[in-house]
Amino acid sequence: MSARISRDEVAQVARLARLRLTDVELDSLTSQLDDILEHASDMAALDLTDVPATTHPIPLVNVLRDDVVTASLDRAEVLAAAPSAEDGMFRVPPVMGEVP
Amino acid sequence: MTQPLGAHAIARAVAAGETSAVEVVEASLAAIAARDAEVHAFNLVTADQARAAATAIDRAVAAGEPVGPLAGVPVALKDNLCTQGIATTCSSRILAGWTPPYDATVVQRLAAAGAISVGKTNLDEFAMGSSTENSAFGPTRNPLDLTKVPGGSSGGSAAAVAAGYVPVALGSDTGGSIRQPAALCGVVGVKPTYGLVSRQGLVAFASSLDQIGPFTRTVADAALVLQVIGGHDPLDSTSIPQPSPDLLSRLHDGVAGLRIGLVSEFMGDGIADDVAARVRQAAGVLAAAGATVDEVSVPSVTCGLSAYYVLAPAEASSNLARYDGVRFGLRVDAPTTPEMYELTRTQGFGEEVKRRIMLGTYALSAGYYDAYYGTAQRVRTLIARDFDAAYQRFDLLLSPTSPTTAFAFGDKTDDPMTMYMNDVCTIPSNLAGHPAMSVPFGSGDDGMPVGVQVLAPALGEVAMFRAAAVLEAAAAAELSEVAERSGGTRWAPPRPVCPTVGRW
Repeated sequence: MSARISRDEVAQVARLARLRLTDVELDSLTSQLDDILEHASDMAALDLTDVPATTHPIPLVNVLRDDVVTASLDRAEVLAAAPSAEDGMFRVPPVMGEVP
Repeated sequence: MTQPLGAHAIARAVAAGETSAVEVVEASLAAIAARDAEVHAFNLVTADQARAAATAIDRAVAAGEPVGPLAGVPVALKDNLCTQGIATTCSSRILAGWTPPYDATVVQRLAAAGAISVGKTNLDEFAMGSSTENSAFGPTRNPLDLTKVPGGSSGGSAAAVAAGYVPVALGSDTGGSIRQPAALCGVVGVKPTYGLVSRQGLVAFASSLDQIGPFTRTVADAALVLQVIGGHDPLDSTSIPQPSPDLLSRLHDGVAGLRIGLVSEFMGDGIADDVAARVRQAAGVLAAAGATVDEVSVPSVTCGLSAYYVLAPAEASSNLARYDGVRFGLRVDAPTTPEMYELTRTQGFGEEVKRRIMLGTYALSAGYYDAYYGTAQRVRTLIARDFDAAYQRFDLLLSPTSPTTAFAFGDKTDDPMTMYMNDVCTIPSNLAGHPAMSVPFGSGDDGMPVGVQVLAPALGEVAMFRAAAVLEAAAAAELSEVAERSGGTRWAPPRPVCPTVGRW
């Protein structure tokens, strides 16, 4: 069977998606994603010449609302839901010095 | 052998002061307490809030104040609908401890209509699945047979209605997540036209496909609930700028003169014989009621599954990027932010969610974008065009909702593709943005319910509900005949599980 996706590609995609996979997960995902992509190859049989892409099923035009002041979410309430907050901001571990 | 009352009957009785909302809510809570340990439809039961809301309704009735069209009606909410101050988990570990600071628009509209939420229902994590086996909190069981799945992803909502806990539940449907569990649990489930119901406050899975809709025991109750939750919402930029349609006034207009097409692609390979037989029987019922029924081919729908399993994961991989341990929910501590992101997501997401994020990230990545995502978007156009061609000749289409009746736990968990096949008949409507609903129509060879799917073009809800009402009446007549003949060995509509429920 000619693989549509390699184990290395799956590992790279996991890095892009910020997921850490075990070796077992890498193996099973490689084979599962390959199956799904294999199934998706039936689309290649369709004649899609001059068929535009659909990004949104119902045609709607952008609507601009009047610029009126309304209530918005309370900052303290939103920050209270965060794992860590300080001085009105979300607090995170150091960002600088990340490993390449 | 009293059936639990439906939403119409409860609201009428509560508004008339014949029964109290408190009494109705207590009966609902008692039914949940009696059986939900085994069914596990609910992630959370909000008994205190429900009692307080019921008391407020009763006070309004006593004071002669107007109450809404769902006064005192207990409802269950899929746990991906935001509820202010009440935990909303999406059945995921990654949202542990989070309580939304606002109510979803549909939650506000239900409350304004007098409905009373009794809790949040279980789902496949982030609505990804067809059996509710992907919940981080354990599966929901089918109340009609506890060894079977309830379908998914809105399995908890379907089970809550099927078990007789509540007459109304809300779910969300991205590729069949309302209709398929409705079919497997023997209740009515509606996916409205994309944009008819506001998505504000629905935790996003695939934004161009997601739509909220009702589960009920009757077609009339589904129409009532959809009227309440539908209509324009300025807070959802994809909301159709129209009021909610009037479905109830024409509900019993019948199908005489309507042209109804049986989708031939969904009547052969891959569809169980007993299910296909019920759909043909339903087509016969509609023809006998005066509709013109014919087979119709909608060729590209056979590629719907492939397009969906590129598009939905692609949108999901983008939507779920927000779960990074910064603003809400789970954070797994680490020395640096990039490591914190990775550990949080790795520990917070379940297997199916990771699989979809991976698939979507791959489909959107440089070099593959056009081959997969671009192609799928064009196939989406093709499916919409094929539907349009069919709707030149037909007012409605008919198909099975699900290829089989409810299956056993673990049956389809080993191979993702086998599980995805459950959605083959429901996905095309999401891709096209069209409405579709599942109506219970008798049972399969195993005695479990079969759902017939009625499909309509965009904003074709009025005709869709008319056909559903005809099917519902015929199914009820047929079932009572069967029960008389066989002593009720086949599936019958759910009965109250607790004596107090019968008093609704």
